Amino acid sequence: MTIDPASRHPHSVSQHRHRILRRVGTVVSYAGLSLIALLFLFPFFWMVSNAVRSNAEVMAVPVRIFPEEYHWGTFVEALVSLPFGIFVLNSFVVACGVTAIVIAVSCLSAYAFARLKFPGREGLLLTYLSTLMIPQVMLVIPLFLIVSKLGWINTYHGMILPVAFSSFGTFLLRQFILGIPKDLDEAAMMDGASRLRILVTVIVPLAMPAIGLLSLFTFIAQWKSFLWPLIATSGVEKATLPLGLTLFQTQQGTAWNYIMAGATISMLPGVVLAIVLQRVIYKGITVSSGFGGR
Amino acid sequence: MRQLSLRQDLPRMEEDMSQSAVAEVSLQPAQPRRFLKPETQTAMLFLLPSFLGFMVFMAVPIVASLALSFTNWQLISTPSFVGFQNYIRLFTVDPAFYTVLRNTLFFAVEYLALNIIVSLTLAVWISSLKRGKAIFRVIFFLPTFTPTIAASVVWLLIFTPDGLADTIIRALGLGLPNFLLSSTWAMQAVVLVTLWANVGYNVVMFNAALDLVPKHYLEAATIDGANAWQRFWRIRLPLISPTIFFGTVMTAITSLQVFDEIFAMTRGGPGSATATLGFAIYQKGFTNFQMGYASALAWVMFVMIMALTILQFHMQRKWVHYDD
Repeated sequence: MTIDPASRHPHSVSQHRHRILRRVGTVVSYAGLSLIALLFLFPFFWMVSNAVRSNAEVMAVPVRIFPEEYHWGTFVEALVSLPFGIFVLNSFVVACGVTAIVIAVSCLSAYAFARLKFPGREGLLLTYLSTLMIPQVMLVIPLFLIVSKLGWINTYHGMILPVAFSSFGTFLLRQFILGIPKDLDEAAMMDGASRLRILVTVIVPLAMPAIGLLSLFTFIAQWKSFLWPLIATSGVEKATLPLGLTLFQTQQGTAWNYIMAGATISMLPGVVLAIVLQRVIYKGITVSSGFGGR
Repeated sequence: MRQLSLRQDLPRMEEDMSQSAVAEVSLQPAQPRRFLKPETQTAMLFLLPSFLGFMVFMAVPIVASLALSFTNWQLISTPSFVGFQNYIRLFTVDPAFYTVLRNTLFFAVEYLALNIIVSLTLAVWISSLKRGKAIFRVIFFLPTFTPTIAASVVWLLIFTPDGLADTIIRALGLGLPNFLLSSTWAMQAVVLVTLWANVGYNVVMFNAALDLVPKHYLEAATIDGANAWQRFWRIRLPLISPTIFFGTVMTAITSLQVFDEIFAMTRGGPGSATATLGFAIYQKGFTNFQMGYASALAWVMFVMIMALTILQFHMQRKWVHYDD
């Protein structure tokens, strides 16, 4: 049997060309997406790059991409001389306070909705759920009235309590608890455990992935939150980080390097959490998108 | 994913879920007073904190907001009932209202369209990669984990007169004015920043949905001679349409409420070029102290959100495909 070169050659050439084309396609694909990603990251770079400049250089007219001199001290000065340190503390207190209450309250109510039978259960659950569609600005005006009547303006509890009762957590944890076998509850009940004990010793440890996710999302949402702290506080004393950034934008409009340092500090926890917990977040978003019908 | 169960368990029914009755709002007359069953008592105790919070910080404010919208309360004066006067003033007297409405709708439509197009493109792009998906997902997700105000302040610096944006525009010879000083371009800057700050959520969600499309569907289609374009439009897109629907509804709801970016970057200006409903409610309520009028505006926003959500649920029959 003779091999006819004319019949094999074109085939292998086209295969070869195909492979090269595909490789070129892959390179172009990665290069293009990397370019978009770099553009996406650019504001972060611009923020840090301006945080370490002198304020005169921030405003200098031919704009320079990299700073002429690096003033790393801006970060310390922003934290100490401007009260960004106080804002960090306030942000932490509020975000942690809300998260703690959300977790405690949601665990209790989610367990009740998932495991306990009582008249009107489904109706109440639907009522809770329907509140998720209410726009925040609609609640803000009456909440301000309630909080100011109680004398809670400029207090931590005034900033924490009104936003700590979203029903999202109840719903998320209920869905998760429904997936935990009931046998485990029943076994514990045989041993004479109370419902609260079952919740704390059986359900909560098993629901840790969902609770962790809820904590993360609640913490970040509060860390980002602006409208409610803006309304529930006055002045700098109880201002959170986002609020502090706008306060200094107006009062000392020229201190751009400090504002950029403050912005960098306010972005740090989110950036660190997003990178460290990217797998968890990815899973969590996949799960929560399941509400859409998947 | 488990469906939200709408079943109302009958009294004394055993654990068997298959026997549960169909949803039914119980409006039966109150039964003769009896001690509550222990399980009901436990449930009430467990629900007490969330119920109290729900009543004080949700139910009462919602009712109060509606009631306030029918008063002329200006915070210092005692409120008096004015009927539909606030709403009539909105639609007939206040010339700013239609500007605000137009700005809000303009922002919502442009932002929603761009968000879905950009996030879907990036999601498809990322899911076509063999390696490094996680890195790109994190990069596009980073802004969604950063405070919107901080992001807005950074962009404010970029858009500052003679700042980076102006320099680039000049270098490219585009002849555009400074975005934040121009009444036609300021809204585009707000759209851009909002997109940058929020698109990552949909990117990750759509990417996750795309990666869940069963491989053998795509392989079967390839064998049948479908090219990449056809595989996308005929198979992947319909299969992820429930997720796109969810993303669209959530994005639309949030876009009608846009506030942070506008507060930090433009304060509604220049003129009233970027005054949206969210900003107008804040301004009327907390700068002009017209709480009644601001509450009426808030209810207009709520009705818009409801209408848009209902419209989307209505339209989903045309384009959303469910497996089951």
